[in-house]
Amino acid sequence: MADVQYVREVRVTAERKRRNAWAEFFTRLVKEKPLGTVGLVIVVILCLVAIFADVLAPYGYNEIILADRLSAPSPKHWLGCDNLGRDLLSRVIYGSRVSMIVAIAGSALSAVVGFFLGCSSGFIGGKFDMVVQRFVDAWMSIPGLVLYLIIMSLLGGGLTQVVLVLGISGGLGGGSRMTRSFVTAIKENVYFEAARAIGLSNFKILLRHVLPNVLPMMIIGFSMGLGGMVLAEAALSFLGFGIPPPMPSWGGMLSGPGRTYMLQAPWMALWPGLALSILVFAVNMLGDAVRDLFDPRLRGGLGRYGGITQEKLEKMVAKKKAELAKLQS
Amino acid sequence: MRTYVIRRLLLCIPTLWFITIITFLLVRFIPGDVIDMMLSQMSEQSGLGAELTAEYLRRAMGLDQPLLVQYGIWMGVVPQRIGPFTGQFKGIIQGYLGTSLWRNQSVNSLVAERLPVSLELGLIAMITGWMIGLPLGVYSAIRQDTGYDYLGRVIAIMMLSIPGFWLATMVIVYPSIWWGWTPSLEYIPFVENPGGNLIQFLLPGFLMGVQGTGGLMRMVRTLVLEVMRQDYIRTAWSKGLTERAVIYRHALKNALIPVVTVFGMQLPGLIGGAVIIEQIFVLPGMGRLGLDALNQRDYPIIQGLNLIVATLVLLCNLLVDITYAWLDPRVQYR
Repeated sequence: MADVQYVREVRVTAERKRRNAWAEFFTRLVKEKPLGTVGLVIVVILCLVAIFADVLAPYGYNEIILADRLSAPSPKHWLGCDNLGRDLLSRVIYGSRVSMIVAIAGSALSAVVGFFLGCSSGFIGGKFDMVVQRFVDAWMSIPGLVLYLIIMSLLGGGLTQVVLVLGISGGLGGGSRMTRSFVTAIKENVYFEAARAIGLSNFKILLRHVLPNVLPMMIIGFSMGLGGMVLAEAALSFLGFGIPPPMPSWGGMLSGPGRTYMLQAPWMALWPGLALSILVFAVNMLGDAVRDLFDPRLRGGLGRYGGITQEKLEKMVAKKKAELAKLQS
Repeated sequence: MRTYVIRRLLLCIPTLWFITIITFLLVRFIPGDVIDMMLSQMSEQSGLGAELTAEYLRRAMGLDQPLLVQYGIWMGVVPQRIGPFTGQFKGIIQGYLGTSLWRNQSVNSLVAERLPVSLELGLIAMITGWMIGLPLGVYSAIRQDTGYDYLGRVIAIMMLSIPGFWLATMVIVYPSIWWGWTPSLEYIPFVENPGGNLIQFLLPGFLMGVQGTGGLMRMVRTLVLEVMRQDYIRTAWSKGLTERAVIYRHALKNALIPVVTVFGMQLPGLIGGAVIIEQIFVLPGMGRLGLDALNQRDYPIIQGLNLIVATLVLLCNLLVDITYAWLDPRVQYR
């Protein structure tokens, strides 16, 4: 009986004292999710490539070397050249910037938009919720690519536009629906009622009780959305509605000249697609791992108590007992 | 149950109404007016200059009306002002999707022309997707955390990660370089040459199916894993049944109920989402129709296609929810 109380006390202090959340997350990722770790490593490497593209790329992304038009991969041009004589390695390196920016900014925007719409819909409830949800239904029913194409032709091509379109429409659809379902679940909780009862303002309730509970879901949504964003940007650029030339985007490099010259110079279409596949593969594996680690429904198994293992818990209980015994004597 | 179905059906009405508003407005806001495009093309080919004014064309197309009136005409609550149906109520409510601006054809007949192509493609894609995804998912689940499972999951993520249009391009490029073989890039109608038509559709359909495999496989795996933890499976094992009997008779029968609902959810995506594959393999399906219409700013076609696909999505979702409620008595009708 006494043990139970100790366990509870220790657990509470362990929860409070829990190490830096990021450090905790990374140690668990490396220890428990080998595939996720591989994904993270690839993503980090590609991020660095995107950041240091100016240093890494042997040529400029729009630097034309006429003599090397359509040349095959060689020591001079590791991945070959395109039909204008631009070095493909440099273009693939610079292309990573577009994909990275779209993935991270788009997914973050989608999470934020989803949070605000979902929260307000779930929080206010009633008729407002009803109308907003019918709108979300409608938005989700229109096929994604078609919707993106229409809005992109409305806004014109460009990086900012792609991020805005993918982010906002992702948030309006799936993101807000997910957040709303969590908010409505939170509203049923006693602590929510208690917060209401002591007269906290709506804003404070949102900040202190709703946000912390929805945050893990937002992180999951963010990491699971990355791959989709990259692929959607590539598809848009491929169809000519995304990033306008000469800015290299992996999707755009696959279309137009990449397809016209695909028989004489198959490398033109090979490398960007390969880069795209590797990035999305890594991001998806990372996203899966993040979901497993953050999802509260999957937490607590495997002998974990508030993020610590059974043995550690036992040790802490013993220590606490000893301390109390010392105090009493 | 009946009130649940009726409630869900009624909820579809405002959603559909929102869809019509969204598609109608979105399409009108696209820059690059259809009138300008038509004007430049017509005056270039006919040599007419002064007689062909934007105003004239706009009136002939019925685009001079206020937006609200145009919307009313499209919806069928305001009588048509031009064309063969002048004075009649002919719009969405009456089942008429409007007339194409560029071709002298109704959107209904255009869609009817293209639908078989999309259906055939979607069917092949669905069959291949299920034939690969289902066994892979089940096997991965019953051998959880073994090498096979890891391999299966890696394959599934790979299929989710490889962009379909890139894979399709590679499939066209490499065989033609290595063996000099290219898929036919001219559409062969089924009626003329059934065999050739099937061969032509097999590759794009297969590629589309492979793309859907990843998600399906993962879903099947999770569901089978869940069922394998149930008490009745333990009972089945302890009765001394063979693995085969446990998995086929007890696990799969229960695990596959929710999977069947995926079937319904895939359908609209396969019809509407084939834009890129149709573009690459030059197949005249609904996706190409939509893309061409978008480039030509053919408003009624874009609106009509969006409406059709969105309605399909809504109906499939509804059907899925209802079958789910019907199959699983624990689902609450709220």
